[in-house]
Amino acid sequence: MSQVLTTTEPVGRTLPLRRPRLPRWAAPLVGLVAAAASLLVGLVADWSVAGIVVVAGLLYVVVLPGWSLLVENRRSATDRLFSSLVWTALAIALVPLISLLYLVISNGAKEIDGQFLTYSMRNIVGSGGGIYHALIGTLMITATATVISVPIGILAAVYLVEYGGGSRVASSLRFLVDVMTGIPSIVAGLFAYALFEIFFGPGVKMAFGGGVALSLLMVPIVVRSTEEMLKLVPDELREASYALGVPRWKTIVRIVLPTASAGIVTGVTLAIARVIGETAPLLIIAGATTSVNTSLFSPQTPTETLPVFIYYSYTQPGLNPQYSVDRAWGAALVLIVIVMILNLLARLLGRMLAPKSGR
Amino acid sequence: MTDIPLEVRSPKRRLGDLTFGATARGAGLLILLALAGVAVFLTLKGLPALGAKSADLDAHANFAAYVWPLVYGTLISAALALLVATPLAIGVALVVSHYAPRRMATALGYLIDLLAAVPSVVYGLWGIGFLSPKLVPIYEWLADHVGWIPLFKGPASTTGRTILTASIVLAIMILPIVTAISREVFLQTPRLQQEAALALGATRWETIRLAVFPYARSGIVSAVMLGLGRAMGETMAVAMVLSASGIVSVNLISSTNPSTIAANIALKFPESSGLSVNALILSGLVLFVITFVVNFAARAIVSRREVSR
Repeated sequence: MSQVLTTTEPVGRTLPLRRPRLPRWAAPLVGLVAAAASLLVGLVADWSVAGIVVVAGLLYVVVLPGWSLLVENRRSATDRLFSSLVWTALAIALVPLISLLYLVISNGAKEIDGQFLTYSMRNIVGSGGGIYHALIGTLMITATATVISVPIGILAAVYLVEYGGGSRVASSLRFLVDVMTGIPSIVAGLFAYALFEIFFGPGVKMAFGGGVALSLLMVPIVVRSTEEMLKLVPDELREASYALGVPRWKTIVRIVLPTASAGIVTGVTLAIARVIGETAPLLIIAGATTSVNTSLFSPQTPTETLPVFIYYSYTQPGLNPQYSVDRAWGAALVLIVIVMILNLLARLLGRMLAPKSGR
Repeated sequence: MTDIPLEVRSPKRRLGDLTFGATARGAGLLILLALAGVAVFLTLKGLPALGAKSADLDAHANFAAYVWPLVYGTLISAALALLVATPLAIGVALVVSHYAPRRMATALGYLIDLLAAVPSVVYGLWGIGFLSPKLVPIYEWLADHVGWIPLFKGPASTTGRTILTASIVLAIMILPIVTAISREVFLQTPRLQQEAALALGATRWETIRLAVFPYARSGIVSAVMLGLGRAMGETMAVAMVLSASGIVSVNLISSTNPSTIAANIALKFPESSGLSVNALILSGLVLFVITFVVNFAARAIVSRREVSR
């Protein structure tokens, strides 16, 4: 205290009120300069596009904090360093997505025509043929999985929210469903195989088994999303219904579920999108074939699906590899389009079905 | 003043209520039963493999010797994938939660979700058809210049289909889930603590380091563990990208690579019969147990967080 009081020097004149800051346009400027420098050197030294981009990014990450260190202080420099690092992380994360989409579209688009979508691979050697059999199989198996998992999933969620409460069974079920979302898909396939082998003997290949395997992966997703949605339904609605003498089950069926329907439909659609691209379980229990199979329950008939078609077309291309590889890219494009449409549909349905609130 | 006869009865149990409640409970129990069924059926079908001879075990003496290199490959590829994915995922999650303007953050969230929506077999195509060839020069450079590190000992693979490539593809595949969970915890950080830090003159990064990370630590740990579970169980991308020879090796860039449990099952199952099928199923049980334990621990950390809050 006494020290402060005895200070005679005028503090205000020696300590500036504002410390030096980089101008607002410092970051874009450095970015521009880094890009230009890298492009210039890169063009002269004949680097690849990736090389130029990487060098430009490195320049930016080094130069901006360096400049800040000279003009501002160490803390600001650290701040700018980490700002540029997190944005770089984002850029790196988006590179695979963009390159993957570009690759699939550019390689796959030329394959897609009427024949590709309506022909199977029966008796096809070399060019021609299509993915009709795989589309039918995917549709059949995914529909089976949906039919199994949606009722079980929704009912289990109803139990968790409406009946279970905080009971020990309910909380352990909730926990185990969470754990189940991490079951490797191949394990689901092995489970279905081990189960069906008991009834139908070794080497069982059955479309229904594929549906069972996929539903093991789908149920946890449906339960979790439905549970979240049911929790959002206000208790006032339930209480109003009880007050009118409506029984509990009818309250759930007529009040709670319809109120949550938008979210439930969104969740189910996203779950379908998630399992429709599963390959590993179907490789094991549904197998691969070149012709259309519409029999769900015949135990020794393999069923082709879109992901398995992609896998085998690329890894075992046969006599004329180029045709088969091209078909793999075409099928990959079809699969991605299906998944994207399902994702968009989920969001659209969620918005369209959402209950109109007066607020 | 007449007495109203009060009849005390237990509430009427309606048939509809009873059946509906029982059905809902039954559905819940069915899920538990299915989970138990996975363990039971895999054990049932896997156990015969313990007595299998080397002919059914890829020339390994017993099942333990058969499964150990696969477990090693599974762990090493998943660990490498985490090493790549974790910093990226935390960076992306920070952009979405703290750096980007809100509207852009929503769009970025969708984009990252798109990354999760791409089927694994398409990642496999991308990895084998695009990434592997692109990485060959880098691997050759590594073998030439830092080849004295056992990890990068030459000669480098000429196809690029190494365990490092597989791990990079895995990293991209687990990025969305690690990002999504980290983003959630970052967004839940108490607003007041961050504002207090900013008011004391902390920079944005200091705020994140002092107010966000301590709060989010357990959430990040569980996100990483969930990512680990995904990476260990991922099948198709590894099966397609990796040129596996089922050895134990620390070399990341050679053309002989350890295989993973999941990839080994996918590659061998369609051509297997007899006891080798049982061996594959038993290795699947090993994978199931490992991923179950990892996921169990991760979820336990998450739920402890939720209770303590």
